[in-house]
Amino acid sequence: MTNPQLDIDRIIDDRRTRIVVCCGSGGVGKTTTAAALGLRAAERGRQVCVLTVDPARRLAQSMGLTSLDNTPRLVDGVDDEAGGSLHAMMLDMKRTFDEIVEAHADPARAAQILANPFYQSLSSSFAGTQEYMAMEKLGQLRRSDEWDLIVVDTPPSRSALDFLDAPERLGRFLDGRLIRLLTSPVKAGRPFGRMLNAGFSMMTGAMTKVLGAQVLRDAQTFVTAFDTMFGGFRERADATYKLLQAPGTSFLVVATPEPAALREASYFVERLAEERMPLAGLLLNRVHSAGSCQLSAARSQAAAETLETMILNERVASASSADYSVAAQTATAAALRLHASRMNLGERERRVAGSFMSAHPAVPVVEVPALPEDVHDLAGLRRVGESFAVQG
Amino acid sequence: MTARDTDWDGVRLHVVTGKGGTGKTTVAAALALALAHAGRKVLLIEAEGRQGIARLFDRPPLPYEERKIAIGPGEAEDGRNPGGDVYALAIDPEGALLDYLQMFYNMRGIGNALTKLGMVDFATTIAPGLSDVLVTGKATEATRRKQPSSSSGFSYDAVVLDAPPTGRVGRFLNVSAEVSGLAKVGPVRVHADSVANVIKSPQTAVHFVCTLEEMPVQETLDGIAELRSVGGLQVGGIVINMAPPTVLSREELQAQPDTAAMAEALTAAGLHNTDELAKELADELAGHARHVELAEHERAELEAVGQPVYELPLVIEGIDLAALHRLAAELRDQGAA
Repeated sequence: MTNPQLDIDRIIDDRRTRIVVCCGSGGVGKTTTAAALGLRAAERGRQVCVLTVDPARRLAQSMGLTSLDNTPRLVDGVDDEAGGSLHAMMLDMKRTFDEIVEAHADPARAAQILANPFYQSLSSSFAGTQEYMAMEKLGQLRRSDEWDLIVVDTPPSRSALDFLDAPERLGRFLDGRLIRLLTSPVKAGRPFGRMLNAGFSMMTGAMTKVLGAQVLRDAQTFVTAFDTMFGGFRERADATYKLLQAPGTSFLVVATPEPAALREASYFVERLAEERMPLAGLLLNRVHSAGSCQLSAARSQAAAETLETMILNERVASASSADYSVAAQTATAAALRLHASRMNLGERERRVAGSFMSAHPAVPVVEVPALPEDVHDLAGLRRVGESFAVQG
Repeated sequence: MTARDTDWDGVRLHVVTGKGGTGKTTVAAALALALAHAGRKVLLIEAEGRQGIARLFDRPPLPYEERKIAIGPGEAEDGRNPGGDVYALAIDPEGALLDYLQMFYNMRGIGNALTKLGMVDFATTIAPGLSDVLVTGKATEATRRKQPSSSSGFSYDAVVLDAPPTGRVGRFLNVSAEVSGLAKVGPVRVHADSVANVIKSPQTAVHFVCTLEEMPVQETLDGIAELRSVGGLQVGGIVINMAPPTVLSREELQAQPDTAAMAEALTAAGLHNTDELAKELADELAGHARHVELAEHERAELEAVGQPVYELPLVIEGIDLAALHRLAAELRDQGAA
């Protein structure tokens, strides 16, 4: 590996780092990484808040989180000798959306919006709402200035890039041409001109056909009620986007040494560069390290075969298969086979990771070894955090 | 048709889900290959445009079009029994919407105009649930499509849908509930209901791909519970993917390795420096034993679900077409197809 070593401790110890965003495709261990990073930073003296989205139950429990309640909770059992602390919260996207509505509309209008079926669907299942709300919450936490480091775990999107695109998409929708057209029913004699008018009524006709008149009506009512908030939405999305480009933010791309995960990581690295967002580096998670035994796969395989032949011959000769040396030979042959597949796996992972690294030679990388067990408690998170440290 | 019974005779739409990173797309592709035998025609659908299927089969990105991408295994003994065909289709919500407009209203032209105005954005990403209805709608349409000249009377003998990950699959499949909050009447509702008629029928089974690790197993159990709570959805098999290799029996693994005897065996096999080597290998063996024990625990949890469980080995070299065929053969041997 010729890429520079990613020094995570240097990033979390640097007081100028205010936000770390953990991103990557699904199933690579983002949430655990975010939690372990938060704990490590807290125990090294930072006031940390970890914002997680949909963590596995036991991981959430390990940080004392029991429900989605949108409130940062102090995590017990953190070593505070260095003067740090750890808070954690799980994102409740609907609640966050409701709060924005409540903050921006008078009570009567807010109530009208919250009761609208279109809003209810939008706030609980629009494909980008979770991402948008994660960003919104991040902005709120950052502005509150109660924490000096916020670690965000990005939502389990279809693609890692959704995290960057969804706020923009939701903003575009809420601000969009189409939705404005919906709210201003076509009247004859409007400056649209007859042609456009005809085209437009044909289109609303088509939409009514596809969606049904009631869906369109709900959407129109929603948009009318929501109208005053559109500008605000766009502004908020822009502000959060700027926050992500600010110098205090660091993106940590998480991937496993698998082609699909590293492909996503590649897209993300390129995208961050385009958006001028600060990339800390790649955390290559769940690497199967070779261990202390350096016997090559080929030699290991060959020795296993030799032993297996010997076992077979001895069985034929003595017929006493329970023999002491046969048992040891069987175990040894098995251990050699295992060792060979382990070396092969390590080789493959290095090859897969190597193609990422040669495409992005300047991206700092840290490898984190695969753990036999999932993390259930702070001690486990602490061990994961220790594995982030640069090995001497 | 072959005389051999499989666990899923009568199922024509196989939905494959799994936690991210468990190899869901690989298993879906292997299942499609396994089903494509004896002249059967199978459609493999990718629901989330990542082009994973094209990559697996080493093809350029798939368009929104059903294309033949592979030939299933034939039964060579009698020579008369050819392999089947695997077709693939990558669905994106936009394409599915235009397809829907064309199919039901003959309005593709308008669809294109709507795309320009952002209508498609609105209808697929924004109108919640609509995109899922369109994708599942396309899968069920392909499942039901008639072809009088074929032996089964259908265009495809089986359809395999590479569905969204476990965390989202309940919502994805529960189409009628999903749109009902939004559209109580109207064409979308009617369409959703007709999609639900196929999905919530014995013709459809939802298979879960899982690795023997805690989080994926927990997600699988949660996903199965969620599906069962919906009612009408048929839980299919559980496919354990990337299973650790079995090199020794349980008893052999539990036995304390005798490093002196191991060193002797290593010397006999022609290796050097065997005292140290034996210690290192014994450590690796102990680590493996611990891993197997954890995996066994997870396997027991999956077996307690009571659905058929299949097991596919970890392919260390990475997945290529040859590996897919090997996995397909495993699935066939174990009765999944």
